[in-house]
Amino acid sequence: MGNNILVKLNNVGFRQNQKWLVQGVSLQVEKAKIVTLIGPNGSGKSTTAKIALGLLKNIEGEVEKFTNKIGYVPQEISIDWTLPLRVRDFMLLTDKLKEDTMEEALSLTGVVDLKDKSLGNLSGGEFQRVLLARAISKKPELLVLDEPVKGVDFTGEIALYELIKEISEKLNCGILLISHDLHTVMSATDYVVCLNGHVCCSGSPKEVAKNNEYKALFGDQAAQTLSIYEHKHDHVHTSDGDIKKN
Amino acid sequence: MFDDFFIRALVAGIGIAFVAGPLGCFVVWRRLSYFGDTLAHSALLGVTIAYSLEFNIAVSIFLISSVIALILIQLQRKTNLPSDALLGLLAHSSLAVGLVVIGFLTFIRFDIMGLLFGDILAVNKKDLLTIWIGAALILLVLRFIWKPLFASTVNYELAQAEGLNPDRAKAVFTILLAAIIAISIKLVGVLLITGMLIIPTAMARNLSDNPQKMVIFSVIGGLLSVFIGLFSSLEFNTPSGPSIIAAALVLFIISLLKIKQTIQLKN
Repeated sequence: MGNNILVKLNNVGFRQNQKWLVQGVSLQVEKAKIVTLIGPNGSGKSTTAKIALGLLKNIEGEVEKFTNKIGYVPQEISIDWTLPLRVRDFMLLTDKLKEDTMEEALSLTGVVDLKDKSLGNLSGGEFQRVLLARAISKKPELLVLDEPVKGVDFTGEIALYELIKEISEKLNCGILLISHDLHTVMSATDYVVCLNGHVCCSGSPKEVAKNNEYKALFGDQAAQTLSIYEHKHDHVHTSDGDIKKN
Repeated sequence: MFDDFFIRALVAGIGIAFVAGPLGCFVVWRRLSYFGDTLAHSALLGVTIAYSLEFNIAVSIFLISSVIALILIQLQRKTNLPSDALLGLLAHSSLAVGLVVIGFLTFIRFDIMGLLFGDILAVNKKDLLTIWIGAALILLVLRFIWKPLFASTVNYELAQAEGLNPDRAKAVFTILLAAIIAISIKLVGVLLITGMLIIPTAMARNLSDNPQKMVIFSVIGGLLSVFIGLFSSLEFNTPSGPSIIAAALVLFIISLLKIKQTIQLKN
């Protein structure tokens, strides 16, 4: 493999019960680069991530994957009380790890003190940090993070995004990051794809923030700090999510 | 040494307890207790087929249970009925068909009570061999699929995304369940096998804070249940299966005291 591409989506889509959850998405994640998917609820962010991971069957389009060393932080994960699980058991879930590798990963996300605690006793923010630590502990080449800072307080959120950027540089790994908020991820991102059932716009964070279509989705507030940038579009979104050509 | 029926029953029970512990944990974690029941009920049909065709009982039960599991998967895909209704349908219809077939086989004398509830006298030397070889194979295979099975029990998508194969592990696990039912039917009986899987595990849950501990405690619980159950079966002339399960229940109740203690300590 002569290039740095880790995963490449070519015009992919997924349909469930005759309804497209997402379609026409093309993107690629390269080593040491962070690609962020943003978009409102139900815009197909998680679906796109699952397509990239190969979790969905019968997809449209094509996924080319160039690595098997993958770390994943899913959006929703609930641990059943019937299964007694400590943080350290959870860390070893898909791979064997040495004690110090495990501790290093937990220290990076700031939860090393919790390693002997039961998973069920953690707060939402603590659990999210453990999830992130588990995903990075095996030194993956590709990290897929679906809203990795959910439940983490605001200052912790920024620190975690900084950490994610650091990880990407240190491990030379590519990251596919999902967020509903461009604001906080902007500094940590190399490339942004704005989704709403399909790719609305994409580019560097700055370009996307200036984009009218992005502003239409998130309100002007998100882009206020940037100068207005005019840009033509070939379609608009109706309230029921359909796409109308201009 | 194996000439004594009681020693044979004891040795059989020990072999079963070693497998029932770890498999039982997965049955509880994955919420499969009713599924285990369905497989066990279908075992009766397996027994009748074995008798009428003069076939090995354990192999026959194993095959029938696996077929029932396959039918269940097909029905889940092709009908709109919920899983518990399908399980009930399969459990009771296979039990009913099994009993009807027994009614027709008038030329063979059946000990129906023995089939349903286990019989301490029924275990012969050949059964011991089946149980211990079967148990060893089950544990070996389980060790092989442990990681994908456990990881997907915690979170299916996470396991799949990180390169494990949860679907294959699940299919293999179903076969292992059919296998333990096949080897333990003589001692524990059709109606109570799931109890052997679940009750020592439930006891273990009350005593453990991590998965390894839970597996070890459920094996210990199973062994204790077998010892206490079989000795009282001998002493009071009760059927072996119910005696073992009743012993397991007593252990479970004792383990509840431990929970109460922990809660008091916390407050």
